[in-house]
Amino acid sequence: MKRFYDRLTFQQKKAYWAWLFLAVPVAFFCFVRFYPTLNAMVISFTDWNLLSPMKFVGFENYQKMLTDKVFWKVFGNTFLYLIIGLPVTLLLSFAVAYYLDQIRFMHGFIRGLYFIPYLTTAVAMAWVWRWGYQPVPIGILNQILTDFGLPQQPFLRAPSQALASVLAPAIWAGLGFQVIIFLAGLRGIPDTYYEAARIDGVGKWATLWEITLPLLRPTILFLVVLTSISLLRIFDQVYNMTVGGQGGPLNSTRPLVLNIYNSAFRDFDMGYATAQTMVLFIVLLVITMVQLRLMRAK
Amino acid sequence: MIQSSKTFPLPFGLSASPGKIVIWTLLFLGGIVMISPFIFMISSSLKTADQIYDLRLIPERPTLANYVDLFANSPFLRWFWNSFITSSIVTFSVLFFDSLIGYVLCKYNFRGRTFVFVAILSTLMIPTEMLVIPWYVMSANFGWIDTYWGIMFPGLMTGFGVFLMKQFFESVPDELLDAARIDGLSEFRIWWEIAMPLVMPALSALAIFTFLGNWTAFLWPLIVTNSRELYTVPVGLASFAGENLTRWEVVMTGAAVSTIPTLIVFIVLQKYIVRGVVLSGLKG
Repeated sequence: MKRFYDRLTFQQKKAYWAWLFLAVPVAFFCFVRFYPTLNAMVISFTDWNLLSPMKFVGFENYQKMLTDKVFWKVFGNTFLYLIIGLPVTLLLSFAVAYYLDQIRFMHGFIRGLYFIPYLTTAVAMAWVWRWGYQPVPIGILNQILTDFGLPQQPFLRAPSQALASVLAPAIWAGLGFQVIIFLAGLRGIPDTYYEAARIDGVGKWATLWEITLPLLRPTILFLVVLTSISLLRIFDQVYNMTVGGQGGPLNSTRPLVLNIYNSAFRDFDMGYATAQTMVLFIVLLVITMVQLRLMRAK
Repeated sequence: MIQSSKTFPLPFGLSASPGKIVIWTLLFLGGIVMISPFIFMISSSLKTADQIYDLRLIPERPTLANYVDLFANSPFLRWFWNSFITSSIVTFSVLFFDSLIGYVLCKYNFRGRTFVFVAILSTLMIPTEMLVIPWYVMSANFGWIDTYWGIMFPGLMTGFGVFLMKQFFESVPDELLDAARIDGLSEFRIWWEIAMPLVMPALSALAIFTFLGNWTAFLWPLIVTNSRELYTVPVGLASFAGENLTRWEVVMTGAAVSTIPTLIVFIVLQKYIVRGVVLSGLKG
């Protein structure tokens, strides 16, 4: 062995070390990432409940999806989370970051207040919010409403309000992350741009629209993609805030990931569950591809 | 001392324009709203069952009875230990392997390097949700259900960490490594003793995020654990809260116990955490 190594050229020695270092990682990525990916694709073409032998059924699971009313409801919910959540999150976090960037007094402390929710366990916070949504005399939110003479709201109990009520803690928890990234983006804009604008007598709003936002484009794009992906994968909040973790009432809050979980681990329909994960995979892939395109465009 | 006519003097020798004061006040109030769920959570956990409907912030007769009850009558301590040990091991594994892979892909020229890098990077595109079912099947076949190994194995190396570390090793000069090579250091020690100390900021960011990510992880631990003894904190809390659905003071105590360690860690490490978010966010 020693002889073999000594006879290698410098380049060969480096390759020898490289593959020696990479042996375990390559095995890991093959076994825990690539093989399961292929396996998921295969399972999606079968009818399988884990116990009976796997039966190939072609595209049956995918056809079932097309006619499954629950699936389409869930698919719609998932996009509702995205369509409502994305603009609200980005506008709020940008507003906070934009103004926070202008103040110095207790800057770090206030930033900390916005950032803390990002670090906490979503499960724990989902239960705190669920408590807050309870009717009087339990829940604090309805208590505040009645204190102001406003009618109580059903929140999680009404199909029309439940989705927004579940989304709120998800937005609340993610806000701090977006604020930090926006702050870093704002810091990255050279002062000379602002000075030039001031000398030219450009107003505050014009400066924001003409200088700040265009220069923040990469930051905004990055946050749009990251936030979209996390909203499309929402699960913890729904599982913990709805009765029995079912995404009710009347499936009004159930997102794709919870439906996948139900198909796989409550109905044991592995084929149908993995077929739905393929849909999730393709949606996320498209979003990432669009981002890469837009990044390269500039 | 010349002051512009529009500024107000403030304590501590500060001064500010009225606009700034309004902005500051609004941001501060917004921040209080942001942490209000924590305040209500802790306040409720200090109340007895008959006080819980009294929504006063400071409990009339604050009591730690809920906490005593929680630790005495539920396996929360065990869940803490499970979460702590699995998150720690995964974090050490990620730090070791991701930086080793990133280093090799950055500093060694060999056939297949680009292929390996692209392959590992491509795993970032695969959502966890797609892999949990095959992982579950795998765990069932190998007897990994209800084991620490079952909770940990999917996260032992990550594509994100490899990418992050590779970016940071770019800043380590090749000359330094070659000098160490001439001095007769082994390839392993060049990485461990020369290159690693130079990427400490990236390592600490990666450590914080890996640990937090595993500490708060819910979906996979929920799937791979069946017995109460093996639950992690989030899974345990979900089942515990489900069992005590109407006893809100108990649920709030469980939530508080799950959250307070993270709050303490944040208060101690705020500077590093924020820097870490920026580092990994901008590089990634």
